[in-house]
Amino acid sequence: MKFDTPAADNPIDRLRIVGRPADRIEGPLKTTGTAAYAYERHDVVRNQAYGYVLGSAIAKGRILAMDASRAKAAPGVLAVVTAENAGPLSKGASNTAKLLGGPEIQHYHQAVAVVVAESFEQARAAAALIKVSYEAAPGAFDLAAAKASAVNPGMIFGSPADTAVGDFAGAFAAAPVQLDETYSTPDQGHAMMEPHATIAAWNGEELTLWTSNQMIDWSRREIATTLGLAKEKVRLSSPFVGGGFGGKLFPRADAICAALGARAAGRPVKVALTRPLMFNNTTHRPATIQRIRIGATREGKITAIGHESWSGDLPGGHADGAVDQTRALYAGANRMTATRLAALDLPESNAMRAPGEATGMMALEVAMDEMAEKLGLDPVEFRIRNDTQVDPEKPERRFSQRQLVECLRLGAERFGWRARNPKPASVRDGGWLIGLGVAAAYRGAPVQKSAARVRLDGEGVCTVETDMTDIGTGSYTIIAQTAAEMMGLPLHKVVVRLGDSTFPASAGSGGQWGAASSTAGVYAACVKLREAAARKVGFDPAQAEFADGYVRLGNQSVALAQAAGPDGLAAEDAMEYGDLATTYRLSTFGAHFVEVAVDAATAEIRVRRMLAVCAAGRILNPKSARSQVIGAMTMGVGAALMEELAVDKRVGFFANHDLAGYEVPVHADIPHQEVIFLDEVDPLSSPMKAKGVGELGICGVAAAIANAVYNAVGVRVRDYPVTLDKLLAGMPETV
Amino acid sequence: MRAFSYERATSPTRAAAAAAKTKGAKFIAGGTNLLDLMKLEIETPSHLIDVCGLGFDKIEQTPDGGLRIGALVRNTDLAADPRVRRDYGVLSRALVAGASGQLRNKATTAGNLLQRTRCPYFYDTNQSCNKRRPGSGCAALGGFSRQLAVIGASEACIATHPSDMAVAMRALDATVETVQADGKARRIPIADFHKLPGETPHLETALEAGELITAVTLPRPLGGVHAYHKVRDRASYAFALVSVAAVVQPDGTGRVALGGVAPKPWRVEAAEARMPQGAKAVTAELLAGAKPTPENAFKLPLAERTLGAVLAASRVQAARA
Amino acid sequence: MSRVSFTVNGEPRTLELDTRTTLLDALREHLRLTGTKKGCDHGQCGACTVVVGGRRINSCLTLAVMHEGDRITTIEGLGRPEALHPMQAAFVKHDGYQCGYCTPGQICSAVAVLEEIKAGVPSHASADITAAPQVTTDELRERMSGNICRCGAYSNIIEAIAEVAGGGS
Repeated sequence: MKFDTPAADNPIDRLRIVGRPADRIEGPLKTTGTAAYAYERHDVVRNQAYGYVLGSAIAKGRILAMDASRAKAAPGVLAVVTAENAGPLSKGASNTAKLLGGPEIQHYHQAVAVVVAESFEQARAAAALIKVSYEAAPGAFDLAAAKASAVNPGMIFGSPADTAVGDFAGAFAAAPVQLDETYSTPDQGHAMMEPHATIAAWNGEELTLWTSNQMIDWSRREIATTLGLAKEKVRLSSPFVGGGFGGKLFPRADAICAALGARAAGRPVKVALTRPLMFNNTTHRPATIQRIRIGATREGKITAIGHESWSGDLPGGHADGAVDQTRALYAGANRMTATRLAALDLPESNAMRAPGEATGMMALEVAMDEMAEKLGLDPVEFRIRNDTQVDPEKPERRFSQRQLVECLRLGAERFGWRARNPKPASVRDGGWLIGLGVAAAYRGAPVQKSAARVRLDGEGVCTVETDMTDIGTGSYTIIAQTAAEMMGLPLHKVVVRLGDSTFPASAGSGGQWGAASSTAGVYAACVKLREAAARKVGFDPAQAEFADGYVRLGNQSVALAQAAGPDGLAAEDAMEYGDLATTYRLSTFGAHFVEVAVDAATAEIRVRRMLAVCAAGRILNPKSARSQVIGAMTMGVGAALMEELAVDKRVGFFANHDLAGYEVPVHADIPHQEVIFLDEVDPLSSPMKAKGVGELGICGVAAAIANAVYNAVGVRVRDYPVTLDKLLAGMPETV
Repeated sequence: MRAFSYERATSPTRAAAAAAKTKGAKFIAGGTNLLDLMKLEIETPSHLIDVCGLGFDKIEQTPDGGLRIGALVRNTDLAADPRVRRDYGVLSRALVAGASGQLRNKATTAGNLLQRTRCPYFYDTNQSCNKRRPGSGCAALGGFSRQLAVIGASEACIATHPSDMAVAMRALDATVETVQADGKARRIPIADFHKLPGETPHLETALEAGELITAVTLPRPLGGVHAYHKVRDRASYAFALVSVAAVVQPDGTGRVALGGVAPKPWRVEAAEARMPQGAKAVTAELLAGAKPTPENAFKLPLAERTLGAVLAASRVQAARA
Repeated sequence: MSRVSFTVNGEPRTLELDTRTTLLDALREHLRLTGTKKGCDHGQCGACTVVVGGRRINSCLTLAVMHEGDRITTIEGLGRPEALHPMQAAFVKHDGYQCGYCTPGQICSAVAVLEEIKAGVPSHASADITAAPQVTTDELRERMSGNICRCGAYSNIIEAIAEVAGGGS
């Protein structure tokens, strides 16, 4: 099915099941420990051996020699696989560094060997017996130092690295009120709770991987490329994924090492990356340096806005798209953005929740706060004055929906924004200094082709199969709701099977497109199934109605179970997209409001209240969508206040590479969180009229917190994370 | 983790003797730090002596009015003991500020004292570390040092001691009781228990080969206002950037020990004479000669400000009482 | 190799194990009770939380052989999909999870936390260290802080626990 005209009324609009806050259908499995994640699938294949990955001890250079003789002779060891004996290995286009390194080393903790043994304990002990001698080469590990040599990377996620409209330089120079500041954001880790893990088994030249992966079809292709197999010979299965956030978009060393280990050992092998290895072995969100210039009239109308960003990656890698939102978020006739990429020898950088906007909004929305202060304007009002209903780069292109102003206004009212004292460091509560902060939220709303297969059986049960993944996003439930709504069935009559490459290829979980795209694919398949069911009972498909387990035409009705009959009915289709997304700009909007308390003595920062107001199309399930947003807000608290992969610029690695060193928020950091969804449907997005919220929720949160800290203590921190050491010097004197 | 043999100890003297004569032997109780380090082969014992069955799990009154805390008393139980909460609040507070509920349920009093540093270079066996491999150098010097020591460190090691409990015990002048390999008992004042690194950062405590901690005793209660203020980025489940253990008397005198700043709980008795003059005066002497790195220099003003807050709060509390 | 016997969810079990085997790996790999999760294997996340002798611990930082005779309760021992424990049901109702990987640890911890408060164990959030702790959201947040949820379901988890506790302020 092709979606190339705005969605008309359709069965989803009945909203009997879609749009309701249904509990997750897989909830009883997850809460009882009976949902099996990759490493736990004892049942799928017998005789599983254990693999343990050894990471490189240097960041860049070569392996001179490797002696695995003691490891091979160690108790229980079945095989030791290194680049030397692994056979030919390619690199998929999605990976920048090789997943099994050697002799060339591209980054710290790059996998250099996998040891396979009868037990985990034996494999781990034997891995430590491998002696590797390295020749380290000098590398570039410091983004600030490499900034001058950064280059124009061409395109970033389909956007040009440089954009320009009007005369930015002239307008900025002429602006009566100007801001020119530089911000930095650090490297951040996904730190999903389930480590990357895979069980691999060969059947001749056919490979099955029970793995933890967000994008089944992409990863199937990448694994086939890496191992030199035909894509059809590779099967992936990921019914449950213990978090990804972009860190499991592509195969990682666990998958390749399990496959290679299984081939060498001649039996199935399971591999999980250890937590201390994950931070340097896998991908991370790259650090950025961002310069923002804003020029405005004294009345607060932006006349010039410029955003430049520098980030680094391994040679051949990608730039962070931090400037992306600045092309569209605020009005202003004269604009420019520029993105530069430095070659660094740190581990591979890649997507992490809302790549681009997450970092870009951390800077832009602080700049907006600073500019509002310069103008003597309330920061909510300043944003409202610079709203635009058209793409500021292409005024003929409208936003499909844009309720940024409504989000800001409603949020301000609900949060009690009026109580904010604009003068910093002026509100106290005992030993705490109190501050309020605001930021806009913005994230694109892409949709991707997505397919599904639906079957109706003689019991009236509808089974949906798609390789879509549920990484905590609620896919199982919203897909079930979609099928139930389309087929007129109760939710418990729908079975959803996900994450298997034998199912039709979906959009996968990434880029905030998963919910809208995967349900649209299910919609398309259900349209076909409705036609088949109607035809089978002799009804005109265009007139037939599906409700309460029946297909009806006028006063005739047939139970779906009966319509399906003993042989059942099946249909498969994909939703594909025309050019509506280029004719219109499809985006999601929101506003974040935060109250912080800063200890007047120690400058410890604690978040007291958080509110997000989101306008993101139809909300398919308010309960799971709310969870997406609070989860993103929580990750935003981490980005604002604690998360930083500490680069050792001499050795070239992230030094704090475990969950004690890389702090992410804990329960005590997070207050009760409020989320409000504006009533919105977006018929230009898909027949579901939905967009995404999972990434919108993180965009702007950190800036709202940084702005609240400024309001609390009067210290403007432009280098994230905002930690107490950066506040101390500017704190008011203690009593 | 290297293979090891395992035995359950049946008596403290036999355990100490066995540990002394078996090369590579270690005691294990809670295991929350030792197993963590064994998985990374930072610790590689060839033999583990499980001391959990030795019965050192009681908290008893001593004849002089103090408390004797068994070496195996779990952190949770020590923090929850009504006598500790009433008379040694600084200790209860320090305990509940440390780790997580799960870890405190397992971690023991002796094991807490023996915790090893959280220096990231100690934790990564690819990096040089004089604590882990004497003579290999200290990768932390010139490296990522935000968490590391500002005082008491050396050119060989700038690691901090991670314990909260030990900081409170230092303020309380606790004594560590042990049994030695020859079966003799020994009492080590906590001030002497942890060593500064000097040129031998791998030697962390006064314990000798095979020596087993049996108890920690606390002197008679000091009275006064007890406080343990732990400063960290994350609100819980994080090691201290700086912590202040203090006992403040109504007249403004008292005791102060710092955590997070040094290779051992940091207390300078002479500095305490300045307590009535306020935090600035105390920390000037307490942290005199500090050699911070640019990354952790903030700990100096932070310690002063934290102590200031503790003293202010104790004045308020004393006035209320 | 060492032999160890303990009861898991009421069932006596005897295992012959590599002495290095943690309680966590004994449960997951040998007894195939995979509800208990390995998130970090170093006591830094809480996903492996189980209840031993009535107390919650990190099963990754304890050797299985050190649990001779112990009574161990895992998430599988609390309830089943068709017969949920009230805490499990509350997590479903309040959407106190997303990816689900930290969830068994959160639930085991939550059940034990309410017992700890009942038993009078103080926490960092207790304003008066000598007083009996109360079920407040601050107390719950502090006590649950050893269970990391990277999906960020914290706000909902606290609501679920507070409901089971019968209120909370």
